[in-house]
Amino acid sequence: MSPYDPGPDVVEVVRGPQPGGPAGVYRAFGETLRGMKTVFANILEGPRTIQYPEEKVPVYPRFRGRHKLHRFEDSGLEKCVGCSLCAAACPADCIRVVAAENTPDNRVSAGERYAAVYEINMARCIFCGYCEIACPFDAITMGHEYELSDVHRSDLIFTKEMLLAEPLERTPLRAEGE
Amino acid sequence: MSFASVAYAEDWWVQLIKAVIIFAVGLSIVPVVLIVERKLLGRFQARYGPNRVGPYGMLQPIADIGKLLGKEHSRPYTSVGVLFWIAPIISILTAVAALAIIPFGPVVDIFGTPVGLYGLDVSIGPLYLFAFGAIAFYGLMLGGWASGSKFSFLGAMRAAAQLISYEVSQGLALIGVIMTAGTLSLVGIVHAQEGMWYIVPQFVGFLIFLVAGFAETNRAPFDLAEADAELVQGYMTEYGGGRFASFYFAEYINMLIVSGIVATVFLGGWNLPFGLDPPHWVDPFVVLAKMALIVLLFIWVRATLPRLRYDQLMSLGWKVLLPLATVNALVTAIVVVSQ
Repeated sequence: MSPYDPGPDVVEVVRGPQPGGPAGVYRAFGETLRGMKTVFANILEGPRTIQYPEEKVPVYPRFRGRHKLHRFEDSGLEKCVGCSLCAAACPADCIRVVAAENTPDNRVSAGERYAAVYEINMARCIFCGYCEIACPFDAITMGHEYELSDVHRSDLIFTKEMLLAEPLERTPLRAEGE
Repeated sequence: MSFASVAYAEDWWVQLIKAVIIFAVGLSIVPVVLIVERKLLGRFQARYGPNRVGPYGMLQPIADIGKLLGKEHSRPYTSVGVLFWIAPIISILTAVAALAIIPFGPVVDIFGTPVGLYGLDVSIGPLYLFAFGAIAFYGLMLGGWASGSKFSFLGAMRAAAQLISYEVSQGLALIGVIMTAGTLSLVGIVHAQEGMWYIVPQFVGFLIFLVAGFAETNRAPFDLAEADAELVQGYMTEYGGGRFASFYFAEYINMLIVSGIVATVFLGGWNLPFGLDPPHWVDPFVVLAKMALIVLLFIWVRATLPRLRYDQLMSLGWKVLLPLATVNALVTAIVVVSQ
């Protein structure tokens, strides 16, 4: 009795070729040649590798990379008012904000207070973008920078000055519709 | 009564120069094969391969060899000292010795001295080859066993079983050619192919010899003695530094030897088709070019085929190749006798 009895409902059972025997050897030989042809096609098509440090894959506009802090373009004042909402929203607890009062002769931000200390620990950040959503003044946004490795952990704590500075354009941005 | 004779032997100093040249050329081809293999494998797999060391990554094998030779010779404390030490030496010695019988050309006049463009033209060519192949076993077996590690031991057992089963079909595949040529001398076999290369009348033998050659040299898809994924390099697991380099070199020289034998026995040696008859200094390059073709085939197959399972290896060797080789030898014998 065959191992699988299809019953009377099934008219015909289609079986694949069985391995082994002269037919199997012949088929294996043919399949080997077919495989070699497939592999050789790779040579003609050329490598599909991207030589990373020299070539980079462009990121999408909504890519969430390293954060940026922003200033008002006209007055040059910082947008951040030190409200710590970003720190509260941060699930990785990587943002530290210490606020201070603006005074008439030391005016840093547009609001009442400003962030005297604004640090993001990039070793902890999970790049979720919640800080960007939480910010009521669009003071912090996610940039496109993703090359953030460093030798020391302490170097991965980005201070306010580093976040405010114009980042080096190291990451290509994908053009519209690309 | 002599057991084996040498067809033509030069003065001792010519022999010495020839030996040095063959050794030097053989060993310097290995790094070239290394880089070609890695670059080509890369291309076959739609990537670049090594391209950082030197122009186009061409200095990669030099860097690899330099790294290996600079490494410490450590050995596990469960290993057996002398045997562990001697195994890579046996391996590379037999490989280089087998290189001697590949003929690169006939006896030619160089500055008035008749010189054979081969290491040695013995009257037992293939037997010499298989004898050294058999001694090379000891390199693998001793290396694996003396390492005192289970991976090495498994690799060595696999290598032994594989080499023994495939040497039989390899030998039988050559028998057809030997019967047709009527001589065991490799130079004689090449001379017998002046009319037609043996790949045409002995095509089945050629295929069997090629497949068995893949297995003999432990190359993919028969590299399950090494099986880097499961056995971490098999019998070479515990070796490092120069000893590992010796094993590695021996493996690549073995590949060169198999391709040299294929070029000699099936592809007509230094004979060219279409009645081309270049001057004799071209002959070695013709043989080298044919060897390069076979080496490219080795690399191509390595890029294509996955590793066989152990039972598949055994059933292919004993159930397919051996009967085919036997039938091939039998049919050739009948044809040769009836002519």
